[in-house]
Amino acid sequence: MDLVGRPADAGRVAFEREASSSRAPSAPFAGAPNGEHAQSDADAVASRAQTSKMRTEELRAFFGRSEVIRGITLPIPEKKVTAIIGPSGCGKSTFIRCLNRMHEVVPGARSTGKVLLDGQEISRGVDPVRIRRRVGMVFQKPNPFPTMSIRDNVLAGLRLNGLRPKDPASLVESALRRVALWDEVKDGLGRSGLSLSGGQQQRLCIARTLATEPEVILMDEPCSALDPIATARVEELIHELQSSYTIVIVTHNMQQAARVSDYTAFFYMGELIEHGRTDAMFTRPRQQKTEDYITGRFG
Amino acid sequence: MAQPVQSPSVPVSRAPSKRARGEGNVGDAVFRWLTAAFAATVVVTLLAMAAEMVGASWLSIREFGAEFIVSRDWNPVTEEFGALPFIYGTVVSSLLALAISVPISFGVAIFLSEMAPDWLRNPLGFLVELLAAVPSVVYGLWGIFALAPWMRDTVEPALREHLGFLPFFQGPNQGYGMLTGGVVLAIMITPTISSVSREVLRVVPRTFREAALGLGATRWETIATAVIPVARSGLVGAVILGLGRALGETMAITMLIGNRPEIDVSLFAPAYTMASVIANEFTEATEDLYLAALAEIGLLLFLVTVLLNVLARLLVWRVQAQGGAAT
Repeated sequence: MDLVGRPADAGRVAFEREASSSRAPSAPFAGAPNGEHAQSDADAVASRAQTSKMRTEELRAFFGRSEVIRGITLPIPEKKVTAIIGPSGCGKSTFIRCLNRMHEVVPGARSTGKVLLDGQEISRGVDPVRIRRRVGMVFQKPNPFPTMSIRDNVLAGLRLNGLRPKDPASLVESALRRVALWDEVKDGLGRSGLSLSGGQQQRLCIARTLATEPEVILMDEPCSALDPIATARVEELIHELQSSYTIVIVTHNMQQAARVSDYTAFFYMGELIEHGRTDAMFTRPRQQKTEDYITGRFG
Repeated sequence: MAQPVQSPSVPVSRAPSKRARGEGNVGDAVFRWLTAAFAATVVVTLLAMAAEMVGASWLSIREFGAEFIVSRDWNPVTEEFGALPFIYGTVVSSLLALAISVPISFGVAIFLSEMAPDWLRNPLGFLVELLAAVPSVVYGLWGIFALAPWMRDTVEPALREHLGFLPFFQGPNQGYGMLTGGVVLAIMITPTISSVSREVLRVVPRTFREAALGLGATRWETIATAVIPVARSGLVGAVILGLGRALGETMAITMLIGNRPEIDVSLFAPAYTMASVIANEFTEATEDLYLAALAEIGLLLFLVTVLLNVLARLLVWRVQAQGGAAT
C-alpha cells in the first residue's frame, strides 16, 4: 500500500489502534455553540483525547470586500472523515480551499485567522506549494490532465514533486487498485484520461492525489458530477481511505454526509452553526437551523 | 457509518410541449440556406480568384512553364522571368520573423495571462493589441529611420564578430536586407501571435490549473503541465496567423529588404519578396509578358500561402491527435 516508501506508515498503524480504542462516544469538537445538553458536554471532555490533524481558528475568508467565511473555528480529527454540509453559497468550498491555500489563487481572494496543520500555522509564512503536497485535493469536476495518458495522470503529482519512482508501473497499479479502477483500465493505461467515464475520471483524480501520499485529502463535492452508481463507488472508496488518511469532504447531499462521515459540520451563511459526531447530529441536532436544514425545510 | 442509501422521491414532471413545430421549421430552413449561401461565397471567391490569376498569368505560364519557379533570372529588359529569388525571399524572411517572434510572443502571452498582476494585465494587453493596429507603412518608415541604421551599425557588426563563422552572418553590413526585413516582420507579427496566444491560454479551464496547483505544482509547473499542453493546438493556430501575416506583408518589408532579386545565403544581403516585387513593378510593367509574369508571382504567393497553411493545419491535427492518445 505504501507508494512512495515513507517511513510514517508504521506509526500510522499504531495510531490507528490507539484511536479506535479511545473512540467510544466521543466528539472532538470542543466549543460547540451549546451548553445545555449534558450529553454533548461529556462528548467535549472525551474529545480532548482525539488528535486534531488540522484546525482552523477564527478563520475568515474574503473575495474582494465580501466576507464569505466569518470566523470559523473547527478542529479536523486525524484519520476521520469530516463532512461539511450547508446550503449553496454558505462558504463550505471556500473553507476547504483555505485548508490547502487554494483560496488565494483566485484573484482578489484573501483570508485572516489561523489554519493549523499538525499544530503549525500554515495560512501564511510558508510556501503554499509545500502545503498542497501534504494536503491533497479532489475537485468538484473530474479534472484529469487532458493531454496525458491514464498512467501519466497517476504519476503527474509525483513528477511535479520531483520524485522519480523506482518502479512506476507497480506504483500506477497500486494507486489504481486503491481506487478500484485497475481492472477497468489495466489494458489501456496509455489511453487519454478523457476516454474514461465521469466516475472513472474522478477515481483517476483520486488515484492521482493518493499517489503523492498526502496526509490530508480535501474533497470538494467529489460526486456532484457523477451518477448514483459512480457516486456509490466513490463513497465506498472514501470508507476505505479513512483508515489511512484524514479526509474532509464538502457535500450538499445530506445522505452522503450521513453515509461517509464520522463528523459533520453545518455551515450557514459563512458561519459554523453546529458540529459534532455525524450520527448525533443527524439524529439529535442541537440547533434549530441544523434541524431545519437536515430535515429539508430549506437549502 | 453505514446507513442505507435513501433516494428522495422526485415528483415526475411532464414536460409541456406547446411550441408549434411548423413555424420553427420554416425559419430554420431559411436560416440554413442563408448561412449556407454566405459560406458558399467564401469558396466561390477563392475559386474565382484562383481562376482569374491563372488567366492573367497564362502568357507567362505558357512561355516559361515550370522553369518559372526554378529560374533565378529576373530581367524585364530581355523578358527573362524567374520567380525563385522572390519565393526564397518571402519564405526565408517569414521564417526568420517566426524564429524571432514566436519565443517573444509566447513569453508575452504567458506573462499576460498567467503572471501579470491584475492592474497591469489589461493596460498591457491593450497596448500589445494596439501594436497590431499600427499601419505597416509606419513600421516601414520607422524601419528606415531607426531600425536599418541600428542594424547596420550595431547588430550586424556584432553578429559578424561573434557568429561570423556561419555563412548567414558574412558579407558587408548594409542595413537593408533579409535580416532587417525579417526583424521588422517579427515586430509586426508579435502582437498578433501574442494576443491570440493570450486568449488561447486564458480560456484553458481553471480546473486544469487547479488540478496541477492542488498536486503541489509551482506556478511554472502549472503552466508547463496543465496550461500549455491543453492550449497547444491553439498556440499553433496563433503561429499560423502570424505566419500568414508575415507572408503577405508588403509595405514595411518592401521598404527594408533591399529589393534585389538575388539569392544570397548571407542574411545581411538585400533580397526581394513576392509581395514586394508585385507592388514595386506592377505600374511599370507595360509588356504583356512582364504583366503576366507578375501575375504568376501573385499566383505563386497564393499557392505558397495555401501550402504553408495546409502544412500548419496538418501540424495542428498531429498535435491534437497526440494530445488525444499520448503514451
